[in-house]
Amino acid sequence: MTKKVIVLGEAREGTLRNVSFEAIAAAKNIAGSGEVVAVLIGDSVQSLGNEMVHYGADRVVTVEHPHLKSYTSDGFSQAFMAVIENESPDALVFGHTALGKDLSPKIASKLQSGLISDVTDIEGEGDGAVFVRPIFSGKAFEKVKIKDGIVFVTIRPNNIAPLEIDTTRSGDISSVAVEITNLRTIIKEVVRKSSEGVDLSEAKVVIAGGRGVKSEDGFNPLKELANVLGGAVGASRGACDADYCDYSLQIGQTGKVVTPDLYIAAGISGAIQHLAGMSNSKIIVAINKDPEANIFKVADYGIVGDLFEVIPMLTEEFKKVKVN
Amino acid sequence: MNIYVLVKRTFDTEEKIVVSGGKIQEDGAEFIINPYDEYAIEEAIQVRDAHGGEVTVLTIGGEEAEKQLRTALAMGADKAVLINTEDDLDEMDQFTAAQILADYLKDKNPDLILAGNVAIDGGSGQVGPRVADLLDINYVTTITKLEINGSQVSIVRDVEGDSEVLETSLPLLVTAQQGLNEPRYPSLPGIMKAKKKPLAEVELDDLDIDEDDVEAKTETIEIYLPPKKEAGRVLQGDLSNQVEELVQLLRTEAKVI
Repeated sequence: MTKKVIVLGEAREGTLRNVSFEAIAAAKNIAGSGEVVAVLIGDSVQSLGNEMVHYGADRVVTVEHPHLKSYTSDGFSQAFMAVIENESPDALVFGHTALGKDLSPKIASKLQSGLISDVTDIEGEGDGAVFVRPIFSGKAFEKVKIKDGIVFVTIRPNNIAPLEIDTTRSGDISSVAVEITNLRTIIKEVVRKSSEGVDLSEAKVVIAGGRGVKSEDGFNPLKELANVLGGAVGASRGACDADYCDYSLQIGQTGKVVTPDLYIAAGISGAIQHLAGMSNSKIIVAINKDPEANIFKVADYGIVGDLFEVIPMLTEEFKKVKVN
Repeated sequence: MNIYVLVKRTFDTEEKIVVSGGKIQEDGAEFIINPYDEYAIEEAIQVRDAHGGEVTVLTIGGEEAEKQLRTALAMGADKAVLINTEDDLDEMDQFTAAQILADYLKDKNPDLILAGNVAIDGGSGQVGPRVADLLDINYVTTITKLEINGSQVSIVRDVEGDSEVLETSLPLLVTAQQGLNEPRYPSLPGIMKAKKKPLAEVELDDLDIDEDDVEAKTETIEIYLPPKKEAGRVLQGDLSNQVEELVQLLRTEAKVI
């Protein structure tokens, strides 16, 4: 059976997020030989349509309205439900982002459907698709399928590889006019607190500091290394509790769960709650003065030493390598 | 103000997970109130103390969840309700849970419902928003600040590290993010008082729910542990050589740079 799968694309400051392209790849998997339709919602999203096609969407449907400039669950659900009514899809794929997490349960409720959140892998395709997701903060995994009805999943950023970009691909971009009414939430302001540039949950490289960084300034060498590697800075709960950094950086069972290609843990002992937030990273490097630290048990590579010595040396070494 | 808190009993964060016979082994494990739900309970108590009213904690599960409800009562909640599904449901997913909770709440006229933004076991974060949608009330997830003035509500919510400042109104469902408050520990007098506070138990029959109507939409077909990681390599030798070797390994062996 050919399936029609809808992907919700997501833009951040006018640029599509990587997870949108990953969602297209996931949707292709579910669609089999069927069709992948990308949906873009906002006040001005038309121009982003082609990029969704270049990453594998067959066509794009946009919903534009001045009331959709900021995300609200009321506004975006009205827009998305209008598209669903037109398209009658067999499956939906969202990113497991702040927006996806907030919107998907509301859509699932309206559709009276199941929803498999935070998927990290897909096995099989079409009707046989089975979804892999971490439970107990990554201490275990489960394979889940939808028993009947619409297939609805959110995918965790950084886990499903996007398709190769093909700028020669073309596809139809159409728009749906929707009346957006009765918004019960009014967004007043967004205060940017996350580190400039790289989003922690989507970063390919994460440099995380623990109590061992000793102070707010102690994060500076980590930031420099992150800059050189194009990565993001994170922290353990210990570092946040000690006020060395904002809680928005916290990685762990409470806090963010990250799965970068490279995770460098500096001065982090490796409490089980911290491991829950990062142990599924592809490669883990531990730097700690204490050779007995728990973090070395999950690390692929370890250096026993003072992070204030090791991190600057690493930064210099990476700089050298990058020049060559 | 009529305040409800949705609470889930979960494994302690310290627990190792053991899988046997395709199921998570629960024997001997410590159970706690889902940590994010503790923020919700604390906030509910603070809102009640500031504005008056009553806090009811509500959970779905078996008899053993009474312990977590008593803890919430000891923290300061006024009443507790356990929707006991032990005899009626073998499988439950987020659809099931939300249908049952919303059915219980539909004639209770809640002004404010609080929940954790995610449970640390299943980790789906769906039930709160689903319940709000079923009750046709607004919801705001991952909040870090809540101010109520009459029926007007000012909220700060965490959006992947950034803070969104917004306004909305009651009735409302919110889900708590870390940073919302510092949950109190139950005091000894609190624990004594909790023993006398009302803890009601209802079953699906009392709610006029037919099991078939809340049948799970999803099915877990396998649970397994991640492959054990082999012990990593702790590098040796002069520190500058170690750093050089590490960069080489990341480039040529791990191929992540």
